[in-house]
Amino acid sequence: MTEWLHPALIMVFGAALLPMLHDTGQKVASVLVPLLVLLRMTQMDVGSQGQVQFIGIDLVLFQADQLSLVFAWVFSIMAVIGNIYAWHINDTGQRVSAFLYIGSAFGVVFAGDWFTLLVAWEIMAFASAYLIFASANRKAVAAGFRYLMVHVAGGVLLFGGIVLHGVQTGSYLVGPLDHGQGGLAYNLILISFMLNAAVPPLSAWLTDAYPEATVTGAVFLSAFTTKTAVYVLIRNYPGAEVLIGFGVAMALYGVVFAVLENDCRRLLGYHIISQVGYMVAAVGMGTEMALNGATSHAFAHILYKGLLFMGVGAVILMTGRRKLTELGGLYHAMPMTVVLYMVGALAISAFPLFSGFVSKSMIISAAAGDHRAAVALLLTVASSGTFLHTGLKLPYYMFFGKDCGLRPSEPPVNMLLAMGLAALFCIGIGVFPQLLYDLLPYPVNYHPYSGAHITQSLGLLMFTLFAFVLCLRYLDPEKTISLDTDWLYRRGAKLFMWLALHPVLLWEKMVVTLGDGAGLRMLHRLSRASQKADTHFVDAVVNGVARMTWRCGLLLRQFQTGVVSHYALVMIVGLIVMLVFPLIAALAAP
Amino acid sequence: MIARLVNFFGDDRYKRLRWRLLLLMLFLIVLADVLVPRPHVEHVWDSIPGWSAAFGFISCVAIIFVSKFIGHSCGIMRDEDYYD
Repeated sequence: MTEWLHPALIMVFGAALLPMLHDTGQKVASVLVPLLVLLRMTQMDVGSQGQVQFIGIDLVLFQADQLSLVFAWVFSIMAVIGNIYAWHINDTGQRVSAFLYIGSAFGVVFAGDWFTLLVAWEIMAFASAYLIFASANRKAVAAGFRYLMVHVAGGVLLFGGIVLHGVQTGSYLVGPLDHGQGGLAYNLILISFMLNAAVPPLSAWLTDAYPEATVTGAVFLSAFTTKTAVYVLIRNYPGAEVLIGFGVAMALYGVVFAVLENDCRRLLGYHIISQVGYMVAAVGMGTEMALNGATSHAFAHILYKGLLFMGVGAVILMTGRRKLTELGGLYHAMPMTVVLYMVGALAISAFPLFSGFVSKSMIISAAAGDHRAAVALLLTVASSGTFLHTGLKLPYYMFFGKDCGLRPSEPPVNMLLAMGLAALFCIGIGVFPQLLYDLLPYPVNYHPYSGAHITQSLGLLMFTLFAFVLCLRYLDPEKTISLDTDWLYRRGAKLFMWLALHPVLLWEKMVVTLGDGAGLRMLHRLSRASQKADTHFVDAVVNGVARMTWRCGLLLRQFQTGVVSHYALVMIVGLIVMLVFPLIAALAAP
Repeated sequence: MIARLVNFFGDDRYKRLRWRLLLLMLFLIVLADVLVPRPHVEHVWDSIPGWSAAFGFISCVAIIFVSKFIGHSCGIMRDEDYYD
């Protein structure tokens, strides 16, 4: 019986239960349900369940293999941590949408067919959008609509690709897309996956929307959407070489934009893009080690990025400020937050003994082992940039640097507890990498803790620190925003409105004026002319015919005497004529 | 304990000590990189001692200046009310 209990179902039932509970009951349930999912994960095994036929298509609602299990593990861990972090909020809507969001992420990683995946994919977009709307200010609502618009467009592309793929192959089961490589179906699905993985130029939705989400909502957002996209890329596009270039470009793109950024969470958003770049590039390489690297880095990433968003969220909650130019000198007031944030920062930067060290290096080694020297070097540049921003720039200007004068207290205990748990995982994975390696889809033959790897990593990172200290004054954040590809639809929308308000409206006015003026006058004339024609011609003909019929009737009446002997005479005369006429004709004939 | 640790990194009184510690660490890391055995290297540069240190330093400087240059000269950085 229990093998039928899909983790997504537990989350959805939980989401239905939450509104019936109040205060403490709801808070307890919000942590207990994810714990139940975690318990369920311990009994999960590879295999598939729930094969059904729907309008002649084979659906597989639940399919677990090593790859889906490792993603489900980290999703359930993050579900527990995220809900502990959100314990203090009193917003049923946010809790329910977070539950549905997490549940649908489980739906994607366990989907055995494309339609189940599509349905879960769409629910994920809508449920996550609520976490942005819940900020309930004008900017957030606008960003939420933009987020939804982009994801709905992505969903349409996915749907189109799935239908085309199904028609071409006759199968709707997920798996590596070898058929029609480079064809329309292949590309449509790939583009929709790249959109959710925030691959530039389809990445602006992330840095547009995540900073506007609620403090607790952003923690969930940072964990699930891009990582389910990484999962579906690993599952369906392993070895798609086009992804290598995109991956490396996005790793560097995130780094460049992070230098320019002033908003704390937008800066972290650019580093999601940068880190997902490593995973996307690894999927493109497609070797077993690279796919292991992508999977393990996604696992580590969810936990350290969650921790970073929690740390910054704590600062935003306690100070009400989110810009680096308005923060600084908080280290006196929030030392616990500083330390916990720094654990996440050291993990993302891949310091030895932290989780990034055992996962990120696997991808770079896979690139080197696959004789892709340029990829390995460029990803190493991005590693330096990662430490520069999340490990140095952000904490320096947020916690140290120029004192902003604020003296907030530490965040609520539940937030510190959640951050502590995430920090524990970041260190645990770094110290005991085998625990993570045992979960990976392929056997691991990689030992991160070699002497040379440690000294090289420390050299790279500490000299990045040295350069940071020397160049500090050039790095001061500025009160600006950075234009990204969302410019196209944000300014594009303005252009659309201008078009609607000017040329289109002008045309409409012209048509109306024409109709009311010249057009109407012409119509009047036309109707008068047709009335005249009706009176003088049609009516005259009809009256003429009637009058002629009447006269003929009068004429005929004179022949009708009503006397039988007259009628008999006419008949006899007629008879004689009929008889005599042929006779004369016959005689006259030669 | 944690507060004291964090205070060490923030308080100006320890600035000189922090510098000394940093330079000492940098020296030790380069020294270790020279001494560490390299039984197997993928690329030529991996066998050069101190390579990654130089690479990290140059990368960081390049990232800062190239990014700021792109941001300022390509019209990417705009006023905060640009979209309003």
